[in-house]
Amino acid sequence: MEDGLINLGLVELRDKIASGEVKSIEAVEAVFGAIDKYEPTVGAYISTFKEQAIGKAKEVDQKIASGQKIGALGGVPVAIKDNMCTTFGATTCASKILEKFHAPYNSTAVQKLLDADAVIIGKTNLDEFAMGSSTENSGLKQTVNPWDVQRVPGGSSGGSAAAIAARLCYGALGSDTGGSIRQPCSFCGVVGLKPTYGRVSRYGLVAYGSSLDQIGPITKNVADAALLMNVISGHDAADSTSVSEDKAPVVDYLGEIDEGVEGLKIAVAPQLNAGADESVRKSVEEAIETYKKNGAKVIEVEMPHLDYAIAVYYVIATAEASSNLARYDGVHYGHRTVEPKDYVEVYSKSREEAFGQEVKRRIMLGTYALSSGYYDAYYLKALKVRNLIRQDFAKVFEKCDCIMMPVSPTTAFKIGEKTADPLQMYLADIYTIAVNLAGIPGVSIPCGFDNDKLPIGLQILAPAFEEQKLVRIARMYESQTDHHKQVPPLTTNL
Amino acid sequence: MSEFKHKLVVGLEIHVHLCTKSKIFCGCELEYGATANTRVCPVCLGMPGSLPVMNKRAYEFAVMVGLALNCEIARFTKWDRKNYYYPDLPKNYQISQYDMPLAEHGYIEIPLEGGKSKKIRITRAHLEEDAGKNVHSTGNYSQVDLNRAGTPLLEIVTEPDLNSPAEVKALAVELQRIVRYLGVSEADMQKGHMRFEPNVNLVIDIGGKEVKTPIVEIKNLNSFRAVERSVEYEIHRQLDEFGETGKTMGMGNKSTRGWDDVNHVTVLQREKEEAHDYRYFPDPDLSPVELSDEWLGDIKSRLCELPLQMQMRFVNEYGLSEYDAGVLTGDRTTAEFFDNAVKAGGDSKRLCNLITQAGLKMANEKGCSLAELGFSAEDTAELAKMVEAGDVNTTAANTILEKMTELGEGPRSIAEKFNLIQKNDAGELEGIVDEILAANPDVVEQIRSGDKKSGKARSFLMGQVMQKTKGQANPKIVSEILAKKLG
Repeated sequence: MEDGLINLGLVELRDKIASGEVKSIEAVEAVFGAIDKYEPTVGAYISTFKEQAIGKAKEVDQKIASGQKIGALGGVPVAIKDNMCTTFGATTCASKILEKFHAPYNSTAVQKLLDADAVIIGKTNLDEFAMGSSTENSGLKQTVNPWDVQRVPGGSSGGSAAAIAARLCYGALGSDTGGSIRQPCSFCGVVGLKPTYGRVSRYGLVAYGSSLDQIGPITKNVADAALLMNVISGHDAADSTSVSEDKAPVVDYLGEIDEGVEGLKIAVAPQLNAGADESVRKSVEEAIETYKKNGAKVIEVEMPHLDYAIAVYYVIATAEASSNLARYDGVHYGHRTVEPKDYVEVYSKSREEAFGQEVKRRIMLGTYALSSGYYDAYYLKALKVRNLIRQDFAKVFEKCDCIMMPVSPTTAFKIGEKTADPLQMYLADIYTIAVNLAGIPGVSIPCGFDNDKLPIGLQILAPAFEEQKLVRIARMYESQTDHHKQVPPLTTNL
Repeated sequence: MSEFKHKLVVGLEIHVHLCTKSKIFCGCELEYGATANTRVCPVCLGMPGSLPVMNKRAYEFAVMVGLALNCEIARFTKWDRKNYYYPDLPKNYQISQYDMPLAEHGYIEIPLEGGKSKKIRITRAHLEEDAGKNVHSTGNYSQVDLNRAGTPLLEIVTEPDLNSPAEVKALAVELQRIVRYLGVSEADMQKGHMRFEPNVNLVIDIGGKEVKTPIVEIKNLNSFRAVERSVEYEIHRQLDEFGETGKTMGMGNKSTRGWDDVNHVTVLQREKEEAHDYRYFPDPDLSPVELSDEWLGDIKSRLCELPLQMQMRFVNEYGLSEYDAGVLTGDRTTAEFFDNAVKAGGDSKRLCNLITQAGLKMANEKGCSLAELGFSAEDTAELAKMVEAGDVNTTAANTILEKMTELGEGPRSIAEKFNLIQKNDAGELEGIVDEILAANPDVVEQIRSGDKKSGKARSFLMGQVMQKTKGQANPKIVSEILAKKLG
């Protein structure tokens, strides 16, 4: 029974709780059972809220028992990446500078989970301020890949992806600035969706690259992601960049998920895929073959400006970050140096002491890119190329429903393998970064394993605000394969 | 003072707090003088994850000022981040407008002596958020009050078109009048609602060759007087300095001086203009602002006649003196009240006297506006008409106006109630005059004999008539009767 319970999908669990077949408290206990057993190894969470979770679960069970209406996530245990503000616990961004920071408000996405009666289990680890591709940049702890504890879970939402893979939760929120949802999901063999920029409110998401950041779901399967999308999507008056419902209405992403897409036209860019590892390329090609067998048409396309995506990203994201992170100065909240000799030292020492290497590197890069005399050559030029990248995607979507490619050129790499070479680490995001620059939605779904039994992810991209189509396309493949049902060896004995 | 032929050149940088209900990027209330850090929220505190949302009203207020300053209004603008570290700036960047200000290329017309005016060009006006305040205590620390952080702040920059301390002051006064007319700022300099920073230097003529003294920016000016005096002081100081050092304007030698309001001198604050790199870039958290025809039309419909225009109209159409027109257009309620009373048929000069002598005095005493005194422009016009018709005299009119405030009744009923209606019946008055003449034969004799004190004697008789009639006699008729009787 316990084995079955912990492996249930979020939608299935939600339905069983609603029907009274399973109690929310049972699911919460199952999750904390798994946490007790595997969390010391996996290290997915920065904080957990057992007492609060049990309280909430009992409240939902009570509601159900007394016949009251419950929300769309009634009694389901979920986790959130620790860069979303919560009034409970700390909001650390895995940074020493915010280690003890308690936010006075809930981020909109978290509030929506709470309003939908979700049970929040804990807040997950990440690369400090979401800057990284392996969660090794966390200033607070190490998370490992449940499929191979010697390897990284990917990043920056590594904690959330590892938590879902290791069955330490039923669903989680991540955030994606350059691949931070999709890449760890690919490494951990779970589903991750980055919504269109503006689909989900950023209010309360601690900003890294404001024009790129987007919150999205991390789950065991596509339907679960669709359900979380139903809950967190929508316009928010507190976020000027969230899109109004007249422009792009929120639709029921779950309702028609099994409908498939008739006459599906898939774009592939062979010149791009050539850079991926053999095993990754093969798995992605096989996945596309599966679509073909189901009547999809594959069209080869070129996206010439994608070659510049990483360069453009590391100018724009770091420029925004250099300004976004200026507020962590030791003056108002967060870490403050002891006995500064003047107010300038409050800034310089507090920041020097509490920011990690990668954060410092990106702040310096961004500061440089925005500096007088360099602005035109770097930031302005990057904005122009960003437009060209957008156009590349737009052209492809004129004749295709979606684009398919790998999520990452490799499977999960070894802990420490790339930490000495930041450029190698940056290149790991080659397939995901352009998507954020274009603002379009993308999903990562499990599509096989390499020889080391490490998961491989298929990335599917759709035009802006076509998340409904995106999950339907993803579901077409998922319904015919069982990669997503595989459980990492660490937890098979649960 | 060194003797050089010189010309003063001044440009102004002006900051105006807009009096919206809430802050520019969040819903916090704007309140001057509230307990420190009680008008704050995650947004204006710069908390992690918080995001700004533009206050439309603030934008509209700013556009109104731009229009009033005859500027070209941008139909598409954006918000930029100005990055710098300071404890009163919680995000360590200020949301501002850099290369696309909402208004540009305008002018402000300022009144000068003798009914003349001068156009001072406006370079640009843009909107930004104000910072908080550092509070320096005696200990080895400072505190920060963020109540002010996020107050909508309009920055206006003029061209260096001002050439005398009086012109600088006139511009400051005129701008205050304009923003108050528009109702977009309380513009109280003492409270820091309005800050003026003159950039001052001199063009000196040395044997036909022009040289310029280094530019000085003056700060800490919290009154119009200080604005004028500080510029006046700078003229002398810069002439002296030039006489001593011969230093001329050059790259990087602009300095900042603070006005010392006690000793009436400017004091050096910063020797050289620091080469700040603010690393401006478009704020990704805010959408660009597109000002549609409809929206702009709506904003335009909220404008009003501007003070200087009104002042000139009062002079030209209503025949008022420069001075009176200036007093009446000091604030919009008074000006409009007066204008409405004239339009309701009152004589402009009589209304001017009523309002400036009695009305504004009362308003001042009660600490309210003219319109809040409880009588209407129409009633005031009626009262002026009564004076004009000789129903009441001017002294009584002022009394009636006071009673109108107290009792909230019309002028005629008050005049009747308090027996303030003037006696215009020549027959009745003649009888009274006869009685007075009979009672004062020596005075009459004094007049008739052509004594040099006869003027005083006539006034005495007039006073006696007034006393007898409890001030209700029409002095014009009485003096006619006196003239007839006494020759």
